[in-house]
Amino acid sequence: MNKELVLGAEAIAVAAIDEGISGVYAYPGTPSTEITEYIQKSPDARKNNVHSTWSTNEKTAYEAALGMSYAGKRSLVCMKHVGLNVAADAFINSAITGVNGGLVVVVADDPSMHSSQNEQDTRFYGKFAYLPLFEPSNQQGTYDCVRFAFNFSEQVKLPVLLRITTRLSHSRAAVERKAQTSQNMLNPETDKKKWILLPAIARQRYAGLLNKQDDLVAFSEKSPYNFVVNGKGKKGIIAFGIAYNYVMEIIQEFALEIPVLKISQYPLPKQLIKTFHDQYDTILVAEEGYPVYEELLRGYFDNQKISGRLDGTLPRTGELSPDIIAKALGVKIPQKQQEAEVPGRPPRLCDGCSHRDLFEALNAALSENESKHVFSDIGCYTLGALPPYNAINTCVDMGASVTMAKGAADAGLRPAVAVIGDSTFTHSGITGLLDAVNDHSPVTIIISDNDTTAMTGGQDSAGTGKFFKICNGIGVEEEHIRSIVPLKKNLEENVRILKEEFAYNGVSVILANRECVQTAARKKRKSKNNE
Amino acid sequence: MNKNIILAGVGGQGILTLAAVIDHAAMQSGLQIKQAEVHGMSQRGGAVQSHLRISDQNIYSDLIPLGKADLIVSLEPLEALRYLPYLSENGVIITATEPVKNIPDYPEEADILNKIKSSGHKYLLVDAGKIARLAGNPKTENVVMVGVLSDFVGIEKAQFEKSLKEMFSAKGEKIVALNLKAFNLGYEHAQQ
Repeated sequence: MNKELVLGAEAIAVAAIDEGISGVYAYPGTPSTEITEYIQKSPDARKNNVHSTWSTNEKTAYEAALGMSYAGKRSLVCMKHVGLNVAADAFINSAITGVNGGLVVVVADDPSMHSSQNEQDTRFYGKFAYLPLFEPSNQQGTYDCVRFAFNFSEQVKLPVLLRITTRLSHSRAAVERKAQTSQNMLNPETDKKKWILLPAIARQRYAGLLNKQDDLVAFSEKSPYNFVVNGKGKKGIIAFGIAYNYVMEIIQEFALEIPVLKISQYPLPKQLIKTFHDQYDTILVAEEGYPVYEELLRGYFDNQKISGRLDGTLPRTGELSPDIIAKALGVKIPQKQQEAEVPGRPPRLCDGCSHRDLFEALNAALSENESKHVFSDIGCYTLGALPPYNAINTCVDMGASVTMAKGAADAGLRPAVAVIGDSTFTHSGITGLLDAVNDHSPVTIIISDNDTTAMTGGQDSAGTGKFFKICNGIGVEEEHIRSIVPLKKNLEENVRILKEEFAYNGVSVILANRECVQTAARKKRKSKNNE
Repeated sequence: MNKNIILAGVGGQGILTLAAVIDHAAMQSGLQIKQAEVHGMSQRGGAVQSHLRISDQNIYSDLIPLGKADLIVSLEPLEALRYLPYLSENGVIITATEPVKNIPDYPEEADILNKIKSSGHKYLLVDAGKIARLAGNPKTENVVMVGVLSDFVGIEKAQFEKSLKEMFSAKGEKIVALNLKAFNLGYEHAQQ
């Protein structure tokens, strides 16, 4: 029995290893992190020299994966949904260049925003770029899809998207592995007309991409991932991706015999959809994420057959569940009357966390200021928004703390303070700091450096040990790069240093460095086990 | 055979290890498994839960429908209450009794226990912390709970012991023996 119990995310990793990738490129982001982590720990991957170190951000990851494809080898690039916004320039243009070695782009969406700032639906990006997209619904299907997708990418000479959502990414089931494929040989692209997107060439390439669309639809029509589950009656369900699981759970539980069309390969198989649509009086469209295809099927003239998220049959936002589908199908699961008035237990900064001591110092340093505006960013320290600190005023996107503080300083706000983590700073903060330096903007940028990418579980951080040099190198004056150690015993000194830099009429950087307590504890456990 | 289990606790208590032992034992018993867990932001000291489904047939949904859980197993009493709407009419609550008070509005402990007792469900209150200390290490609380629940999930006790041995073997014999002891003390507690 060659079965492994793996997370959905790990099923992608296993499949990519088995399908002969030469590298995975990624920046950590929930719910996509476990894909790369699995490959980093895999003996198979190590044996075959598969590249797997973390990239600085999703754009650098995407471009490196594209470069590996250019060289003729297979590469995997993984990110969370908002990461694709960062990589979007490379992503959209890679549909115009096409690929050489197979390139699979995994994007993990987070409906219900368990660990995210929005619940954008990557299927929009699939349409936007005119690229094929797979949306498997279970772990074995994910494994099979990824293996299929690499071959498909080489067949149609395009990057192929694979969209998963949090629930599939973070759920375990047994996956059966199949025979491994060896890696491609180095075989760099020789056709310059394909990869140099000068306008004259890009126009030809773009026309070529559009010409491929009919073929992509034809592939979807015959796809083993798009199929009908027969049933009876006048009502049908079109279930996309993981929504299929919830639909089938309820159909099986209540012996409903409703026909289901399952869609897991895009662009939509038009004929398959039309045949199914014309057979039934009403169609429930169940999509995890935005009502992307419900909107299309409903159309501008509001096709009355269609129900789903847009008419309130399903909730407009958030993750689906079997309960939501049961309600939409008009069945009720018997339940005891339960009173569940339980106080919430939100996430919090760990006891002993360095961010705690930093926020304490920051609040004290700002206590006498009338204007208390702290621009912050994405990471564990975003929890500084919660009591007892209530220390930050913004969290928008990776790196925005630096540039928003700069813009606010340009507008006259004093002091303009930013708090950004080490990994977020190297991801997207450096360029903004250069803007501030070039404009001599009066900002105080605090890099809360805990030597790791903590929020996603402690991955390597790209700038560890390099922050002074980075800041000094792009022009922050040496005397305004101040180092502090956020500890209780240093509170007084840290408050003084912060106040001094708030008063400085130029760019200051505070390097607040102390190791993440979780990483430190993990290291300690590891060394103890090795004794 | 069809078991739906909600595992509950506070981030850092070791729910994922608890789940992994059941997963391993179920898989070795030739059963199908789906186990949805929480990663990312909520793990930082917040409420965490895992939906664990075991069956001898195909399982579609990674999530347990409301009212369909056979068991709630919690490493913390307040967290046992949070998921009551998932419990089926004949569902059982098993919870460790030691509270984790990391929120300002944590209710009176007696009130929590009373709510469990008056929920109309069968329940089992386990002083898992005490049993774990008896086993030799307070960190084995989650393995004590594996022992307690092992009798409720339809998997052989010997299989659980085999799974524990396999899973902890890399950490040395001492750790294996410690966890087996914790498991067996939990098992015996449930028998009483």
